[in-house]
Amino acid sequence: MSASASEIIDPAKVHLWDRGHHGHDVIGTRTFGFWLYMLSDAMIYAALFASYGVLSHVMNMAGGPMPGDVIRPGYAFGETLALFTSVLAYGYAMAALRQGRAGGVAGGLLGAMIFGAVFLGLVGKDIGDLFAQGITPERSGYLSIFFTLVIYHALHIVVGLLWMLVMLVQLVREGFTGNVVYRLVNLKLFWHFQAVVWVFVFVFVYLQGVIA
Amino acid sequence: MLVNLQGPWSPLLGRLAVSQIPYENPILVGTFVLVVALGMAILGAVTYYGKWGYLWREWLTTVDHKKIGIMYILVGLVMLLRGFVDAAMIRSQQAMAVGPDSAGYLGALHGYLTPFHFGQIYTAHGVIMILFAATPILVGIMNIIVPLQVGARDMAYPYLNAVGLWLTTAGAALVMTALFIGDFAHAGWFGNLPLNELPYSPGVGVDYWIWAFQLSSVGTTLGGINLIATIVKMRAPGMTWMRLPMFTWASLSANIISLTSFPVLTVSLALLSLDRYLGTHFYTAGMGGNLMLYNDLFWIWGHPEVYFVILPAFGMLSEIIPVFSEKTLFGYTGMVLASFGIAGVSWGVWLHHFFTMGSAPDVNAFYSVSTMLVGIPTGVKVFNWLFTMYRGRLRFELPMIWACAALFFLLVGGMTGMMNAFTTNDYMVHNSVFVVAHFHLMLLLIVYAIFGAVNFWFPKVFGFKLNERWGKWFFWLFTAGTATVFIPMFTLGFMGMTRRLDYIPYAQWQPLLDAEMAGIVLYSLSAVYLVAQLYVSLRDRALNRVGADAWGTSRSLEWATPSPVPFYNFAYIPHVNARDEWAWRKENGIAQLRHDRYEGIHMPKNTGVPLVLGALSLVLAFALVWRMWWLAALCLAGIVILVIMRSFAKDTDYIVSPEEVKRVEDALWAGTHARGTEAEGGRGRGAVGGGLSPAHSPSAPK
Ligand code: HEM
Ligand SMILES: [Cu+2]
Repeated sequence: MSASASEIIDPAKVHLWDRGHHGHDVIGTRTFGFWLYMLSDAMIYAALFASYGVLSHVMNMAGGPMPGDVIRPGYAFGETLALFTSVLAYGYAMAALRQGRAGGVAGGLLGAMIFGAVFLGLVGKDIGDLFAQGITPERSGYLSIFFTLVIYHALHIVVGLLWMLVMLVQLVREGFTGNVVYRLVNLKLFWHFQAVVWVFVFVFVYLQGVIA
Repeated sequence: MLVNLQGPWSPLLGRLAVSQIPYENPILVGTFVLVVALGMAILGAVTYYGKWGYLWREWLTTVDHKKIGIMYILVGLVMLLRGFVDAAMIRSQQAMAVGPDSAGYLGALHGYLTPFHFGQIYTAHGVIMILFAATPILVGIMNIIVPLQVGARDMAYPYLNAVGLWLTTAGAALVMTALFIGDFAHAGWFGNLPLNELPYSPGVGVDYWIWAFQLSSVGTTLGGINLIATIVKMRAPGMTWMRLPMFTWASLSANIISLTSFPVLTVSLALLSLDRYLGTHFYTAGMGGNLMLYNDLFWIWGHPEVYFVILPAFGMLSEIIPVFSEKTLFGYTGMVLASFGIAGVSWGVWLHHFFTMGSAPDVNAFYSVSTMLVGIPTGVKVFNWLFTMYRGRLRFELPMIWACAALFFLLVGGMTGMMNAFTTNDYMVHNSVFVVAHFHLMLLLIVYAIFGAVNFWFPKVFGFKLNERWGKWFFWLFTAGTATVFIPMFTLGFMGMTRRLDYIPYAQWQPLLDAEMAGIVLYSLSAVYLVAQLYVSLRDRALNRVGADAWGTSRSLEWATPSPVPFYNFAYIPHVNARDEWAWRKENGIAQLRHDRYEGIHMPKNTGVPLVLGALSLVLAFALVWRMWWLAALCLAGIVILVIMRSFAKDTDYIVSPEEVKRVEDALWAGTHARGTEAEGGRGRGAVGGGLSPAHSPSAPK
């Protein structure tokens, strides 16, 4: 596409430098990078789900507990409700952010944290109950991937809660600075993403476990 | 403890004990003494010349993409040397341990390396060359060049960039640690299962291998995010997609591969570590494990990875060839599509690494065909390069000869790859040294492109050219080494020699193995010429200074800023008007136009946090290898706290004053202008370099 040499370019008019360049859109760039990070995390989940598919045949139970023995869809539905309420609360925080109400954002964050903690507690109790019955990851290939998938998701929730705590402190200390805003936006993406992943866990692990 | 460890474990030191230090192995002790002596010499020199402050301020804490790139390349070069020593040991063992009568030394039955030691060496060789030599060097070059080519002042996330560097360095350091404390994995670079499970590999070697992989995997993923965001978000005004330089396109496609495939590697190794640390049953032979899951996950990363390393190499060829053919790149759009075609296909071929595992014939057939599909976009690229050269004004300067040789290796490596892609054929050659020769030629093509790129962009980064005479000697000796090692290796592969043999029962293979050894001698000799080239270039740098447009016929945006590039890259962000912007400006006689006044520039501040994060990750990985749980927990907590603290930092940027910019620019351009005209005049190429007169521009094909 090189311009032809015969074209006449007037040196006085040609636009060669971008004077008064005021940098790139920081929030947009940071959020884009966070999407990319989530893509890589999505690949991790994809690999784990694929492994779950590979390791959920009868031979992978190794004569141990079957999906029906470890999965309680009703209970998991309760977990789902807790997580979605948390996401809803976060959505409230984002609405308040748009209106510039710091108090609303803090309240939304607190609500999201409480329901996130409830979710975590439910998952923890579920796993604890299974462990108490001797249903542990070392028992079979199937249980290995089952616990890995659930715990990997729960770890994200732990990170999310920690992040919210940090954001609460930063919000109080700094108000709506560029850094705080882009982090709140990224945290929103993160939190919604975990909810979406949970839907997959619920469908492929819990519902499918019941059908199988 | 959830798993049965062989050997003692204590809460304080984990599995670490004095007996884990291989002090009775003369080879390792010798290496240790050498490494320590070298390290002391370097540290001593830094102290003696009082350079600690400089080192800390200018390098260890830098967030400048060019310096980070240089450090990536230095790490890669050090590891390249280490990997080469491993290769020399493999070759010498295979030259010595041939036939039942061959002598044995140092406790080995034949040759001088015991099977366990030999296994560690070839494993380390593969891991190091792919993950800690080729990848860092390529990432380093992308780091330096991509922001310049898109007209940006730095990467999208300079701080994250430094984190990636130090994580990769931590991985390299971990591999080096394995040399002197404990041992390394012995089951091949891609890991054979269930051999790598705890009962069969009870030592720490596999753990070293896992964590070194993981560190570099995280580092590369972060780098991938950064490069993609830089290309998508940081392009200068006017730099539309179809004006992007080809190296940038190649980097984009490569990093999309790395971003999507490295996480799968992370999973494949994380599940293995769960098996080894917590006693789960992902890949075990019994209890419901499935070891084919490992092969699939690993190669779902493994094959895209080979294209992750080759696409930037293709990009380098696409930059070098037009400059030394004095023409635009032929078939730009086709080239872009081919890059993404290759990236796309690379996802659907992984099963060709285990055709012999006995999948159903239709499954093998599918992957056989998909593998061969890669040939189409690759062929498009090869022809585009050839048509670029066709009727061009060819100059065989250093970058160009490396590029041309790379094309040759692409041909041989690609053809032999096609041979492997036939399942029927692969049943014969799988796990033979034929396959080894195939992928070495492919990887050598990358090495050739890298050497071409280093010669090509060195003047941009440092302001002077590398010596041509010594460089050509290096090229020819290196090429002679390549031929002498790999032609016999193909032959032996056809004769049925399997890979990874620590003892070769057939004495009649001796001559070919000796020839391969001779090739290693040539390689070693060539390294001397490389060092000489660097030394002579540095010594005579005053004579070899270049202007902004180091080659006189350069085309893309990075040549529009002075050499060496000022730390802010562009005093003004350029406004891009054409593909091959610099060539366009030269053709229109406006390349010499400069600014009359300057504006302040917003830059990120240096920070020591990434270095500390890297150090903590190294200790974390070390603690995990030796199962020192308290130390691992401490490091992890340290990392989390540091990341949170950093998020509170406010003082992260500063403004470079217009006066400072003017001072730097004046100094850089003052020298450049005089040198520029002199250099071009000397070569008698009219106005190409200065671009002062559009009349005799040779680079305006239609
Ligand atoms: C782009 C550069 C390439 C690189 C860096 C590369 C690298 C490799 C590596 C590392 C292996 C060996 C894996 C192992 O067993 O340890 C391999 C095997 C193979 N390569 Fe390539 N390759 C490249 C291109 C190609 C091409 C173009 C083809 C075919 C169109 C191809 C087909 C194969 C096949 C079929 C195997 C499996 C052979 C076997 O293990 O039996 N490769 N390649
Ligand atoms: Cu492959």
